[in-house]
Amino acid sequence: MNVLKLTPFPTQDKEKPLNHGRFEPYVDNGGTVLSVAGKDYCVVAGDTRMSDGGYGIQTRKYTKIFQLTNKCVIATSGMQADTLALQKKLKVMLDHYQKENGKVMSTPAIAQFLSNTLYYKRFFPYYTFNLIAGIDEEGEGCIWTYDAVGSHEKVKYSSQGSGNQLVIPLLDNQVAKFNQLLPEGPKDVPLDQVVSFVKDAITSAGERDIYTGDYADIVVIDKHGVRWEKFELKLD
Amino acid sequence: MELDFDCVDRNGLLDNMTNDLQNLDRIHFDLPPSANPSNFLNEVFDHPNAPKALEFAHGTTTLAFVYKGGVVVTVDSKSTQGPYVASRTVKKVIEITPTLLGTMAGGAADCSFWERELGRRCRLYELRNKELISVAAASKILANIVYSYKGYGLSMGTMITGWDKNSDVPSLYYVDNDGTRLKGERFSVGSGSTYAYGVLDTGYNFNLSDEEAYELGRRAVYHATHRDAFSGGFINVYHVKKNGWEKISTDDCFKLYQKYYNQAPINQPNNNNNI
Repeated sequence: MNVLKLTPFPTQDKEKPLNHGRFEPYVDNGGTVLSVAGKDYCVVAGDTRMSDGGYGIQTRKYTKIFQLTNKCVIATSGMQADTLALQKKLKVMLDHYQKENGKVMSTPAIAQFLSNTLYYKRFFPYYTFNLIAGIDEEGEGCIWTYDAVGSHEKVKYSSQGSGNQLVIPLLDNQVAKFNQLLPEGPKDVPLDQVVSFVKDAITSAGERDIYTGDYADIVVIDKHGVRWEKFELKLD
Repeated sequence: MELDFDCVDRNGLLDNMTNDLQNLDRIHFDLPPSANPSNFLNEVFDHPNAPKALEFAHGTTTLAFVYKGGVVVTVDSKSTQGPYVASRTVKKVIEITPTLLGTMAGGAADCSFWERELGRRCRLYELRNKELISVAAASKILANIVYSYKGYGLSMGTMITGWDKNSDVPSLYYVDNDGTRLKGERFSVGSGSTYAYGVLDTGYNFNLSDEEAYELGRRAVYHATHRDAFSGGFINVYHVKKNGWEKISTDDCFKLYQKYYNQAPINQPNNNNNI
C-alpha cells in the first residue's frame, strides 16, 4: 500500500509579508428575527433566507431559531458560521450544567450566561445579533435583547437583524402602544392574535428588506413547551 | 494508509492547537489573530466589501455629585448604536452591591460586565473580611482591572459611589478605561456631560436640601438630553445615603419638557378651544 505523502508547502526564498489576501473573518448573512412576549407565552418569528453577504441567496431554508431548553429558544441573525459556533457552545454548556446540577438552566440564567459568553469574545466578537425568548420560572413570557458583545436588556418585545429598523417601529406602535392616545396602556392579548400579528410583521419586513424572505419559522413557547410552525414569505 | 503530518507541524501549528484545546474548558477571553486588539475591528471593517460594521450599544449622559445629604446620581436611559436608538429604557445606574452604585457611559457591555465582576469581588471581600469594602478600594479594583486591559480597546467612563461605614462624608470616584481614577465632589460623564456640567455647576451648593439636590440632578441631565441627540429616554435619580442607596424617581424626558417649559402636548386639544 502506498504511503500518502502530503506535499509540504513550498518554502519561500524570502519571508515577505503577504499584502494580498486580507483577513476577512466576517460576512453578514442577513435575516430578521423578532419576538413578542405575552403574559404566559412568547412568540418568536425568524425568516429562513440566508444571503451571501451581497445579493446572492445561498439557501432558502436556514433556520435562525434554535431551541435551548423546553422553555427557551435563541434567535440569531448575522453571520451563519458564528451563529452555529455560538449555538454549539451554548448547547454544550447547557448539557454540562444539567448534568452537574440535575436540572435544566432557567431562562433568566441562560440570558445572563449568553451575555457572558458573548463578552468572552469581546476582542474578537461573534458577528451575531441575538434574542433570547422563553418563559421564566413563574411561567411569564420574557425576552432579552443583545448587542454583539453581550450588552443585554429584558424587554417585552424586540427584533434583530437586517429588517430590524423596519419592524421595530411597528412593534413600538402596536405592542407598546407608543404615541397612541389610548386611555389604557397595553393589555393582555390572546396568543392567536399575537401569532397573527407577528406573521404580519415578518411579512412586512420581507416586503421591504431584500435579505428577509422565503419562509418564516414561527415558534410559540408556553407551559406546554415549544411549538414550531412554518409560514411562507415571498421568494423574490 | 498512513498520513504524514510533518508538513503541518512545521510552524508549531500543532502546539497552537494543543494550547487552544487546553483553553477550552477554562473561562478566557478569545483574542483576535492580530498584534493590536484595539484596532482589530477597525481594520476588519475598513474595506469596501466588508459587512456592516459591528456597532456596540453606547451609553450617554450621567452625573453624580456630593452634597450634605449624600450623593445624588442622575442618568438618562437612551442607548444608541451609531445613529440608531437601540433602547430608551436602559438602566445606566448599576447596583453593584446594596451600598455601592456605579454608572454606565461608553460601551454598555464593558460597563455592565466589569461592574458585575466588581460586585462579585466586593462580595468576596465582604465574606473574607467580615466587613464591607470601602468605596476607595472598590473603585481601585475596577481601575486596576481596566488598567490591565489597557490597549485592548475597552470603552468605559464610570462613577463609583457609596458611603463608607464610620465616615462622615460619602465618597465619589471617577474611573475610566485609561485607568484614570479621581476622587471628587462633582462629575459628569458621556457625550451630554458638558451640557449637564453647565447646569450642575451653576446650581450647585453643598448645603442643598434633598429635594433641591434631586431636582438639580434631574434638571442638569434633562437639559443635556435636550441638546444632545445621543441622550434621552427617561431620567433616573438615585440617592446614596449613609446606610445604602435608594431609587428616587424615573421621569420621561418629554413629560419633563412639558413641565419645565409649560407646554401643552401638541396632539391634545387645549381645553379652551371651541372646535
